[in-house]
Amino acid sequence: MISAFVAASGILAAVLFILALKWMSGPATARRGVVAGETGMLLAVVGTLLHHDVVDYQWIFIAFLVGSATGVPLAYLMPMTAVPQRTALSHAFGALAAALIGTAEYYQHTPHGFTMAALVIEVLLGYLTFTGSLMAFGKLQELLPGRPMVYRGQNIINLSLLAAAVLIGIYLVVHPEAQELFPIFSGLALLFGVLLIIPIGGADMPTVIALLNSYAGLAASFMGFALNNYLLVIAGALDGASGFILSVVMCRAMNRSFTNVLFGAFGQVQVKAAVAEQRPVRSATPEEAAQVLEAGKRVIVVPGYGLAVAQAQHKIRELYDLLTRRGVLVQFAIHPVAGRMPGHMNVLLAEADIPYDALFEMDDINSEFPLADVALVIGANDVTNPAARNDPGSPIYGMPILDVDRARVVMVIKRSLSPGFAGIDN
Amino acid sequence: MPFSELGVYVFLLAAFLGLELIRRVSPLLHTPLMSLTNAISAISVVGAILITGAKDATTLSRVLGFIAVTAATINVVSGYLITDRMLKMFRKGDRAKQ
Repeated sequence: MISAFVAASGILAAVLFILALKWMSGPATARRGVVAGETGMLLAVVGTLLHHDVVDYQWIFIAFLVGSATGVPLAYLMPMTAVPQRTALSHAFGALAAALIGTAEYYQHTPHGFTMAALVIEVLLGYLTFTGSLMAFGKLQELLPGRPMVYRGQNIINLSLLAAAVLIGIYLVVHPEAQELFPIFSGLALLFGVLLIIPIGGADMPTVIALLNSYAGLAASFMGFALNNYLLVIAGALDGASGFILSVVMCRAMNRSFTNVLFGAFGQVQVKAAVAEQRPVRSATPEEAAQVLEAGKRVIVVPGYGLAVAQAQHKIRELYDLLTRRGVLVQFAIHPVAGRMPGHMNVLLAEADIPYDALFEMDDINSEFPLADVALVIGANDVTNPAARNDPGSPIYGMPILDVDRARVVMVIKRSLSPGFAGIDN
Repeated sequence: MPFSELGVYVFLLAAFLGLELIRRVSPLLHTPLMSLTNAISAISVVGAILITGAKDATTLSRVLGFIAVTAATINVVSGYLITDRMLKMFRKGDRAKQ
């Protein structure tokens, strides 16, 4: 009876996880997706606790308590601008769990053959994602310098380190009893994670986070292989696929090749703002700007991370209300890399209570710029720079941009919202 | 069929299903999506429980398992809660209702 429930709970959990992702497709059903995910998780955990192999509960429940006591404040106190940091941190936790379970399983049972191969991959991905995510967290939290740290021969050192780890890993698969090699293997993986992320600059963080998400998912999936658990295989594969797709989206949005990113060897190309547009630049007072905005029928706002840094979301919301009340159509154009992780800008604007049907993706809104009276660029830079379209010498050449220059008037607001209105007239 | 073989089938099917499902997710929700999948993959808590609670667990297994259960629980709890917190903020505008 109990073993039937244990089996059924795992299958049901897998179904619920898949439904959770399906419902996540649109804002109308997304919260149902969260409930499905939670239910699936609860079933799986209860099912596992009832498993006949699990006899000692004391430490498990203490860990539940400690984990919940840390997790709840992490979820509720984190400001929305810091969501990328929290995400990086949770990738680190997830990957650490996978690596430690693999390590424990190795010393406990010393598996052979296929299981050992899965375990080695699990531990490799787990440890490198753990330190890599911690580095990403440090950069996002500005504990570490955001600029890329590069030195001569970096790629060669990184690749030989990875090769050494892989070779030891293969040796361990063939000779699992060589226990003295396991700590060396783990250490190399940990070190590689650090070296993988330090050459990557802050501008690339959205891609890195998505990539680490994928690695963490794959680590969980390989844990499923190592522990003969289908539910882990499925959940990990779903997470890995999600991270993979998001990093492809991010790559495309920044015009990077995917192979480049897969191995993290893309830190060298640092996107720098090449502004210096030789156009008549006219400064405008806020009053003048207000007049232009009011006279328009259609305004497209282009928010960038500068908006979030200046905590200006709520000011934008006031502007949005004001203009909407006067019959002006206000739309928001969101570049895929706006913010510091995929979709970050949408969350920030939603937090400021801007309805999501006013938010548009790049491909949907670009054709509308010629129809707009005003394009209002707030704290965004590269994503609107026509150099990406015209200037092959520009470091961001080829990157898809928002065509603000096709609107009748372009207004740019740089950081510190109040005095600094500078209008670039078209 | 042994687990290893069947497991590879399961992995491939789940990965393709995942790719198809995620492709359909609106970019609007990419941030909550990432925190949701992160919470889902914290299902590794199941593996951690099996290791920590096993009858024959060594002290090393118990210590590592304990840390793993804690780390995974943090992800489960904070992942679902923050996803819901974010999703609650998304609301439809009045214009769409007209």
